[in-house]
Amino acid sequence: MTRFAKFSAAALGITLLAGTAFADGHVNAAVKARQSQMTLYAFNIGQLGAMAKGAVDYDADKASAAAANLAALTALDQSALWPQGSDSDSFMDSNAKPEMWQNFPDVMTKGKALADAAMVMQTAAGGGLDSLRGAIGPLGGACSACHKAYRVPQN
Amino acid sequence: MRRVLSALILLAVFGLATFWFLTRPDFLPDDALAGLSADTTRGEQVFNAAGCASCHTAPNAEPGDAPVLSGGQEFPSPFGTFLAPNITPDPVQGIGGWSALDLANAMTRGISPQGAHYYPAFPYTSYARASLQDVVDLRAFLATLPADATPSQPHKIGFPFNIRRSLGGWKLLFANDDWIMPATDATLERGRYLVEALGHCAECHTARGPLGNLDLDKWMAGAPNPKGKGNIPGITPAQLDWSAQDIAYYFETGFTPDFDSAGGQMARVVENLSKLPASDRSAITAYLKALPAGQ
Repeated sequence: MTRFAKFSAAALGITLLAGTAFADGHVNAAVKARQSQMTLYAFNIGQLGAMAKGAVDYDADKASAAAANLAALTALDQSALWPQGSDSDSFMDSNAKPEMWQNFPDVMTKGKALADAAMVMQTAAGGGLDSLRGAIGPLGGACSACHKAYRVPQN
Repeated sequence: MRRVLSALILLAVFGLATFWFLTRPDFLPDDALAGLSADTTRGEQVFNAAGCASCHTAPNAEPGDAPVLSGGQEFPSPFGTFLAPNITPDPVQGIGGWSALDLANAMTRGISPQGAHYYPAFPYTSYARASLQDVVDLRAFLATLPADATPSQPHKIGFPFNIRRSLGGWKLLFANDDWIMPATDATLERGRYLVEALGHCAECHTARGPLGNLDLDKWMAGAPNPKGKGNIPGITPAQLDWSAQDIAYYFETGFTPDFDSAGGQMARVVENLSKLPASDRSAITAYLKALPAGQ
């Protein structure tokens, strides 16, 4: 083997290793980012839910602000958040079942249903407590529909 | 030599006869349902409280008000994988040909109309505590649901667990209709009925012994997830420290106090619980709050 060939082989090896490390870091970042997005959903739904539940007094402005945030969050393009290899079998910190990647059209449908429910909430949130309460059930249903099909149990 | 052999044969015959006797199906009396009349509207409440649709709809079926209970969902266990059967009103593939007494024997005794023992993946060990009035009402409601001719799939069970007759012995050891917890007022009594009988919560939330029996000393203290990664959480006050309001709200909407939302099989349970009267969700909450703290 010439020196050049040895050098090339070594370089290729390092590139491959670095590629793997990059892929892992990339998956890790994507999983963290999408889990953060879920946290933001939960925080804003929490503002609405606390009113619906009666834990805090209804405030039309705060409700509208939270609902607007939520609608904006559901409208974000998530395509980079769900890379191949970021399912619960492949990646420790992931709770997303591999089935997600096998049923992608269904995942998109469920995502669209969440965005629709968030838009209904955006209209409803400022219109009084009963109006907010009426919109939060379907919102929870949209969250659960995806969790039911595609999330592994926690704890 | 011949005397020893005949003695052995005699013993074997006697043993078999004892096995046959002890494991025979224990049917309800023929007149068990005498005087009970069916109420379809109440039956729908029983249907939701008993969570029939959670397991008997096809895999990935969308929730709806008239679910098609054509079966096919898989339930893995250390003994093999059980498949939920078709319980639609189809007379051939479903249970359209069953009498109310047939359903009562299935639900409270775990016996098919032909006298075969069901596997306790079907939670008759919980339904054994259900009132026969509720079973009669439930049957009337089931008859209103859409029929479907999808054949029930066989369970994937190997030897020796495929010998159904031995379940008669299992029932002698582990099946009875005693209540687990005391109930000191009407709310707790209703809660206990919903949790220990119809809702069959313990089937997932309580760990099991080596023979698949519920470990009553660890009542509602959580269990490994039979479907893979993760655990079914414990729901005694030691593990579930949510306020009563938070628990009832979770049953109504699926939202946890942190506004995460229910997933997995529990999302199906919430679909059912959200259809119950608020008083029933409060009663279940009261029952959970009254449980001993657990491990």
